[in-house]
Amino acid sequence: MNKLAMRDVYGETLLELGKLYPNLIVLDADVSKSTKTISFAKAFPDRFFDVGIAEANLMGISAGIASTGKIVFASTFSVFASGRAYDQVRQSIAYPNRNVKIVATHCGVTAGEDGAMHQAFEDIALMRSIPNMRVIAPSDGIEAKKVIKKIVELPGPFYVRLARPATPVIFDESYDFELGKGTILREGKDGVIVACGIMTYIALESAEILLRDGIDIGVVSMSSIKPIDVELISSLSKNYKYIFSCEDHSIIGGLGSAIGEVLPPTEAKLVRIGINDEFGDSGKFEELLKFYKLDPLSIAEKVREVILNDRI
Amino acid sequence: MRYDVERLAEIARRVRYNALYMITKAGSGHPGGSLSAVDIMVTLYFNIMRYRVEDPFWEDRDRFILSKGHACPALYAIFYELGIIKKEELDTLRKPGSRLQGHPDVKRLPWAEFSSGSLGQGLSFAVGVALAGKIDKKDYYTFVLLGDGESQEGQVWEAAMSARKFRLNNLIGITDRNGLQIDGETESVMPIDPLADKWRAFGWNVLEIDGHNFSQIISAIEKAKESKESPTMIIAHTIKGKGVSFMENVVDFHGKAPSPKEWELASVELGGDSVE
Repeated sequence: MNKLAMRDVYGETLLELGKLYPNLIVLDADVSKSTKTISFAKAFPDRFFDVGIAEANLMGISAGIASTGKIVFASTFSVFASGRAYDQVRQSIAYPNRNVKIVATHCGVTAGEDGAMHQAFEDIALMRSIPNMRVIAPSDGIEAKKVIKKIVELPGPFYVRLARPATPVIFDESYDFELGKGTILREGKDGVIVACGIMTYIALESAEILLRDGIDIGVVSMSSIKPIDVELISSLSKNYKYIFSCEDHSIIGGLGSAIGEVLPPTEAKLVRIGINDEFGDSGKFEELLKFYKLDPLSIAEKVREVILNDRI
Repeated sequence: MRYDVERLAEIARRVRYNALYMITKAGSGHPGGSLSAVDIMVTLYFNIMRYRVEDPFWEDRDRFILSKGHACPALYAIFYELGIIKKEELDTLRKPGSRLQGHPDVKRLPWAEFSSGSLGQGLSFAVGVALAGKIDKKDYYTFVLLGDGESQEGQVWEAAMSARKFRLNNLIGITDRNGLQIDGETESVMPIDPLADKWRAFGWNVLEIDGHNFSQIISAIEKAKESKESPTMIIAHTIKGKGVSFMENVVDFHGKAPSPKEWELASVELGGDSVE
């Protein structure tokens, strides 16, 4: 299976955009080798600024540069971008609606062995609740590229959540990302998993496992978490008895909550699958998926349990 | 605008009057730190800075960033002098829907440059603005006014470090050193001295002046503009509540509006509003 790391794609895409947009500026806070902004730094040294280990200042300087009409990409790890610099993102970027694209890598469990201190399971919740802020968690490397190319054209702030490791490619090059639109990847009969980020390919694998047990589950990629695809969620609620949200983020305030907020009062039951109000742990990201029961088998098990229990 | 010292003094008097009028009318706000900063801000707007009132987005304008956003009544009173704010608007400070929010809102009032209010953020923003000026080879200056208590925020020093790294000699900071903050004297709440040494240690040019002396403010900024590589911090020694005898150096007037009776006394001391 073809795999791509979203952060690698980010680095390459920035390089491409740097040639097309002379007013594109990139900032990083001493993690350019990890976020992959380093390729832009090497190609465009006059338009790249490393502010050192100072995430608050990263956001403030980004806002100041953006105020002069430039497009600014600010990158660091998601735990720092959303938590450490929350107040700066809120006050200096979102409130005045500055054209700053926060592209945060090492999201959720993909921070891996670094453990709880580097794993934000709250970033979607934090960023989603700020007015003016748009939140996107691309489902694979192809989508990550399309998202970056799309948001460079859309004024105002964004928070984009990217994974560290190479993960299976879901979309092909013909795919076009549209803000506020989800994508049906697979139709089903018994229920649907609505996923974002790395959980999308995992949901697809879960659906395969479930099919062997005679349970037919659809899968939707909901990478645009804010704005969310209200129309699609509404139609899913009419077509499916069960909607399973699936995210490597706390079930409090993340994708599941976002779906719940717009779910029309119907028969459809929403089951939120994610991190159950816990902090992170150390381990390889696949190990952590198992640890938090977010691996394909565990999710299939959970889905099966909900559906079969109801049948009884 | 290049008004002489006499004219600056007259504008500063009116700005103090109107800032305090607004706060009194609103029934809340921050008189102490507004009054201490008036002379600095009036000097910038009426003697130093290059800007076009009719075009707040003019890309070659000098920028003034009020990092101590709670002093915004002084900024609004200056905007009133410039015709940006109308007379009747002065009565809307801190009211729902008003352009004159409790802390500056740059979306409603683009002349304000920055939505400040969470202390410590203005200098980072100013670094970004000054850095963009370098990238674009523009000759504008970025001025930023910090409260002295504000320098207790760690972000100020992150920004200080970066301004030197990026050689922002087009960035001029001014600290309103009135010595007081809400809980008392800065030196007892959380000492910031030796403040000048701290800025020097971060690679900045440092100048110390009397922040109520127009000639000193002007010559300090002229000197700051000569800097070849370093940003400059002007530590302006001021008096909190300056211009109203019973407010001067009184910490309780940091965040308390004058009563109607106090306003009566203060308005007499400030010589009334002679705009009309």
